[in-house]
Amino acid sequence: MTETETQAPISNPKRVIDNNPIVSCKDVVIAYGSTRAVDGLSFDAFAGRVLAILGPNGAGKTSTVEALEGYRIPSHGNIRVLGHDPAKNSKTLSARIGVMLQEGGIHPMMSPIEATHLFTKYYSDSISPDDIIQLTGLEHVAKRPYKRLSGGEKQRLSLGLALTGRPEVVFLDEPTAGVDPQGRLGIREIITRLREQGACIILTTHELPEAERLADEVLILNKGKNIMQGSMHELLSLGSKGANTIRLRTTLPLDTTLLAQAVGLDLSEVAEELPGNYLIKATGTPERIVAITTFLATMNIAIDSLTSGMVSLEEIYLSLIGGEANDG
Amino acid sequence: MTVSHTSSEEHSRQAELELVGHSGSAAPFIRRLAAQTKMEASMTLKRGESLLLTLGIPIVLLVFFAEVHILPASTKKPIDFLSPGILALAVMSTSMVSLGIATGFERSYNVLKRLGTTPLGRPALIASKITAVLLVEIVQTVILILVSLALGWKPNGNAGEAVIIIILGTASFSGIGLFLAGTLKAEVNLAVANGLYLLLLLMGNMIIPVSKFPSWMATLARALPAAALSTGLFHSLSHSSPVPAWAWLVLIAWTIAAPVAAAISWRWE
Repeated sequence: MTETETQAPISNPKRVIDNNPIVSCKDVVIAYGSTRAVDGLSFDAFAGRVLAILGPNGAGKTSTVEALEGYRIPSHGNIRVLGHDPAKNSKTLSARIGVMLQEGGIHPMMSPIEATHLFTKYYSDSISPDDIIQLTGLEHVAKRPYKRLSGGEKQRLSLGLALTGRPEVVFLDEPTAGVDPQGRLGIREIITRLREQGACIILTTHELPEAERLADEVLILNKGKNIMQGSMHELLSLGSKGANTIRLRTTLPLDTTLLAQAVGLDLSEVAEELPGNYLIKATGTPERIVAITTFLATMNIAIDSLTSGMVSLEEIYLSLIGGEANDG
Repeated sequence: MTVSHTSSEEHSRQAELELVGHSGSAAPFIRRLAAQTKMEASMTLKRGESLLLTLGIPIVLLVFFAEVHILPASTKKPIDFLSPGILALAVMSTSMVSLGIATGFERSYNVLKRLGTTPLGRPALIASKITAVLLVEIVQTVILILVSLALGWKPNGNAGEAVIIIILGTASFSGIGLFLAGTLKAEVNLAVANGLYLLLLLMGNMIIPVSKFPSWMATLARALPAAALSTGLFHSLSHSSPVPAWAWLVLIAWTIAAPVAAAISWRWE
């Protein structure tokens, strides 16, 4: 089995990696009545890294993140965010964390420019409203009421508002849900910049290819318990044996028919998991890899990553969660 | 050339933008309060249904019943009874119905949850909502007094006392509105707030004198903040007699109880 990987280079010299955890959970239990939504969970998250928390519905993802944000008080265990207990020090922490909710959170009548102006007034040091609008690519809808924005525009505004106070820890709930391919690129770029500048990013998502693309580390929960945690590379390597696939990620979506023709395969052997994410069911022979790169060169489309011989995060996730992965 | 040069500079500046800070802190309380109050007032003015409730309905009721004498009156001129009553109705509309419904929907839209993650804080949020209510009430009061004067009202009383009564009424009704918003789903809150508005309009000594009610109903009405507010305003603005002690007591009791209930029931989500 061959393993080949081409990864977009990370060149920003500001990237900070510190081995002391920025976020720390130890033996945390969160109970609703007699039900334990989170049951003895322990994990750490670090500066300059992206941690993806995955799991089926009811796994305890939301309860865990809400406890980190200070919304939920654990019935047992210890949580520290930037050295503080979030339930007791939310006032101090709120200026140092950024939260992107999965949905809503902005008044329907409020425009992006109004929202950014308002949020900048909450912080002593903030990114300017114009910079947030430009960063999130919302210049063309800056004065449009929130209720008239597209799903992707709402997500980008929500992300921008989460970054207003230059947060050291960022919680992102489904950051690319409902976002078009172009919008995803923008969101990925922002997350990459946050990571390079040393933010600790914790995201929950159901889109496993997106998690695979963005996360440095993965925490998989099921029934409130940690069933797997490790770096993305470790996790993917674990599942590499016996795989007979090529995974391709491009910066722009491809025509799968043309791609199949280019590599000499039947269309049924080329699947688009998400726009820009392709799974080719074939061995990554040198000739096939050359055919793929030549095809992309002709189309003038850049490679985000090209991997052969490794199974996807989704396949590993499904093997761990089994039939309970009803949503992810 | 200028455009591309500027665009290139802008791109470069954006690329160098610092997204992550160190030990960030909240802005001063006054700055947060001022910004949030401005937003709250702006959102109120953008809500057409809110303007209808806070200004349209009181003006229509005032003009209609001042000109069409179909209601039982307790004064020689209907306007002398109606003006203080409609002022009380305006206070109730803004501080209970408009504030409560808006807050309920803000919770259902996750607006409050989002604000709870920022350094705005609960004191600044609640203070901004109350300040915005008071600003809207100033506008309402000015407009309603001008309309009343045009309809022949001749106020003769203690304006300072009336202002204190309006502040107590605002605190009482804001507490009730926020309590309902904190305990009911947005859609249920909408229905309950509107139902309560109609009930208190009828039982609040605003357009129908409580003295015309059967005694058991009059007793019940006098225990509610609406009748206490309108009665207090009537006496403070007419100089006929001092504000009755029961009106002060009922208003003060609601001023304490309703905000406390709202604070206990408050939820960000």
